[in-house]
Amino acid sequence: MLVLVVITALCFDFTNGFHDTGNAMATSIATGALGPRTAVAISGVLNFVGAFLSLAVAATIANGLVDTKVVTLTVVAAGLAGGIIWNLVTWLFGIPSSSSHALIGGVIGSVIAASGGSAVLWKGLVSKVVLPAVFSPIIAALVAAVGTYLLYRISRSMTEGARKHGFRIGQIGSACMVSLAHGTNDAQKTMGVITLALIANGTLAAKSNAPIWVIVCCAIAISLGTYIGGWRVIRTLGKGLVEIESPQGMAAESASAAIILLSSSFGYSLSTTHVATGSIIGTGLGKKGAEVRWNVAGRMATAWIFTLPSAALVGAGAEALAHGIGGTLGVVVDLILLAALAGFIYYRSRGSKVDHNNVNAEWTGGVAPSEPAEPVAA
Amino acid sequence: MWINLSALWKIVVFGLIAGAGLPAIFAGGLYALSWGPRTGKLATAGADAGDDSDVLVGGNVLGMVLAAIAFLIVLAAIGWGIYEVYQIGHPPVKK
Repeated sequence: MLVLVVITALCFDFTNGFHDTGNAMATSIATGALGPRTAVAISGVLNFVGAFLSLAVAATIANGLVDTKVVTLTVVAAGLAGGIIWNLVTWLFGIPSSSSHALIGGVIGSVIAASGGSAVLWKGLVSKVVLPAVFSPIIAALVAAVGTYLLYRISRSMTEGARKHGFRIGQIGSACMVSLAHGTNDAQKTMGVITLALIANGTLAAKSNAPIWVIVCCAIAISLGTYIGGWRVIRTLGKGLVEIESPQGMAAESASAAIILLSSSFGYSLSTTHVATGSIIGTGLGKKGAEVRWNVAGRMATAWIFTLPSAALVGAGAEALAHGIGGTLGVVVDLILLAALAGFIYYRSRGSKVDHNNVNAEWTGGVAPSEPAEPVAA
Repeated sequence: MWINLSALWKIVVFGLIAGAGLPAIFAGGLYALSWGPRTGKLATAGADAGDDSDVLVGGNVLGMVLAAIAFLIVLAAIGWGIYEVYQIGHPPVKK
């Protein structure tokens, strides 16, 4: 059963990978600084490296959010199921939502269903998850806006072509940094959950650090997911929010990278998605005449507010179901349902395919990525 | 304390320095690099040809030196940053 949970966790990590590729690479793909497939390949590699860079976030997830004494493997599995479902659904609609919150929501919901609200370390949750989640996009927007303003100001006497060329190079650098940063923050989350599962199983003592094999597996899972490349989300971030030019792309990614890395050091589990989106919006604000499509932003904000509670509901439901059936069979039933749902969602997504060919097609006003009617060679 | 104010301020300040400041230095480097005749903008005032050029290096020696310094600063800062993250993220294990 532990094996089942670990596999499920790695599946979550995989969905996290393709959900978040856009955070690092959408702006570079949108401006043409990097070809789509090159971008996701680089992102995959750097995510892998970043996963090894900092252990702080895993510690928070494993020890700081829920009382480890009440966590059972069933609870963890149900929580993961909640997170995976939310990730898949939002991916289908091309909504960049927080995988972090999906995971945390799922686990919290599952824990509450199993043992009631007292098992949740509410203070840890608020101070290390909820508050950073609220503040980070605002700070990211601020930093990106300042950065964008400075970049345009300093380069104002350069020719248009030179500026584009120069900042495209800069974009590659900053996008790489974000992928690295993402590895430090997001791969860590799954490591934290697996560690939590190991603690629950008694394999590890409470408050342990993540073992090496956990780190390696999570790193591989997330980088594979990144490489598969969540094109739908990339499209929304790169084209749907703000029409991005190279300087803006660099400013956005630099802001994101800085904030994610700083927060990882403090052990704050951030939503890299929230940060990246905040940065992109910030670049829209920092440049005179840039347009921010607030309806798209609004749709995302709504999805974000719903993420924690929705994932929690699914997590709670999964836990109730597994608990009702009991034992390993309960978890297996949960996972079969999960796989079925995943298959269904994937099937639905084929009807409005977005891939590396049409990810950069003109945004035609509708929010759903089914807008690119014919694939346009990017 | 529910809000760790000192962490918050650090993130804002260092975020600005690293997230906006470093790109600005990079931009400064690009700007310095563009000094000189080869980038076309100084050559013919009023002609359109210069605007389409995407040549980065203008040829001015001082510009290139300043640009190199700027880029080195950026690279060094990034390297130091990654090192710091690694250090903080791998606290010595208490046995």
